[in-house]
Amino acid sequence: MTEQEIVAKINSSLAEEFEYDLAAMTPETTLFEDMGLDSLDVVDLVIVLETAFSMKVREEEAIRKIRTLGDIHEFVIAKKRQLEGDR
Amino acid sequence: MLLRRVVITGIGAVSPFGRGIDNLMDGLLAGRSGVVELPALAEIIGMRTRVAALVTGVDPMEIPRKFRRSMSSMSVFATLAAQDAVAMAGLAPEQLGSGRLGVSIGSTTGSPQTMEEFFREFNADHSLERMKSTLFFHIMNHSCASNVAQVLGVTGRVLAPAAACSTSTHAIGYGAEMIGLGKQEFMLCGGADEFHPLTSGTFDIINAASAAFNDTPHQTPRPFDVRRDGIVCGEGSGILLLESLDSALSRGAEILAEVTGFATNSDPGSIANPDTACIAQCMRLALADAGIEPGEVGYVNAHATATEQGDIAECAAIAEVFGADTPVSSLKGHLGHTMAASGALELAACVEMLRREVLVPTLNLDEVDPACAGVLHQREVAQRRVDTLIKNNFALGGVNSSIILRRYA
Repeated sequence: MTEQEIVAKINSSLAEEFEYDLAAMTPETTLFEDMGLDSLDVVDLVIVLETAFSMKVREEEAIRKIRTLGDIHEFVIAKKRQLEGDR
Repeated sequence: MLLRRVVITGIGAVSPFGRGIDNLMDGLLAGRSGVVELPALAEIIGMRTRVAALVTGVDPMEIPRKFRRSMSSMSVFATLAAQDAVAMAGLAPEQLGSGRLGVSIGSTTGSPQTMEEFFREFNADHSLERMKSTLFFHIMNHSCASNVAQVLGVTGRVLAPAAACSTSTHAIGYGAEMIGLGKQEFMLCGGADEFHPLTSGTFDIINAASAAFNDTPHQTPRPFDVRRDGIVCGEGSGILLLESLDSALSRGAEILAEVTGFATNSDPGSIANPDTACIAQCMRLALADAGIEPGEVGYVNAHATATEQGDIAECAAIAEVFGADTPVSSLKGHLGHTMAASGALELAACVEMLRREVLVPTLNLDEVDPACAGVLHQREVAQRRVDTLIKNNFALGGVNSSIILRRYA
């Protein structure tokens, strides 16, 4: 999976889950202010990512620091690379 | 007797005839049936009934995702009905959040659909890792009440009576008592349910679900009819806005009807089969609460779900209390049994029967069962002015309930 494909999959998955306009999603989009998510949504966001990329990330410390879509892109890309390196 | 007079100023109805009280009344007065065949029920081993009355004509997407995420279908129905009741009553946003408005809305159980989804996933591998955050909010016993309160910004009391088919009669009765006691000025009252095979299956197991008209769904259920063969389950929500008379007069609100009496009692004789004496006692308690005699009641809206035990026991009780000259009908033939919504949906129709001076007959009552004789069955739409009526609901578990409505004067 290329980084572009990962970003596209993240955005489309979150747009569908949270009924957000896909065209308005940029790396700078903030989860809480722009997308209007709250603590319950963050739980579901993790499930969406885990399902979309077949990985477990719930206990990752880095998840807690995520504030923007760009943070998610970087986190997932890094995680994917780490998992590929582990193989 | 209520210490303060309580009136109805708003109605919300989500029913198998669509959204709104006008759609409900159009269907009832036209003699339409909301019952359809559900072929999927045939896939369930041991399920003999294949019919249900499902809600049509509502769009859950009207509700913002922030609120909708914690809602199952029943909460969607309740929310849309509550919004309609508030709009009809003309309540302002500041009144919703004043603390003087409370919510009394119940359902039979929390969302059975969500429960099924949870256990399907859970039983696969006993894992919680795929479970969404809003799961519990769908299956709380007070989900409908809480969801409505959240959407409308209600800061008063929230309660969620649960008494199966008596649920929304309880919700309305207890709401009226709160206003009567001066504890709240307004109460959004009613009930909601969503269709699920668990519900119709429950009746099928005890041989109380209709199965003889699977290929002709519009012909069932058949309250009081000699060919009746049981309950058809339905879904929907009825919500009424109750208000103190003083409040309604001070706002200049249109008063649709007055709630003058409420009673509920328990029938410990059987958890499933109603008892004539207990039903009669419940209706007498409601009359006493309203301070009226049986002769003042001009119409009985029966619970009558089209079961042998229920219809016969209720007819005998009505004959005992009201004699043979008071018109009686059941709306289950049109709507099926909308469970926790039935009391409020049917009471909403009763309000309109008072206002429009019309009586809705029992649908599918072609030949009265001799065992249901002794009362005056309403068999066709009739223009008739009635000033006072009684509405019954009886629940599995032995919970009876009756409400008395009066034309406001």
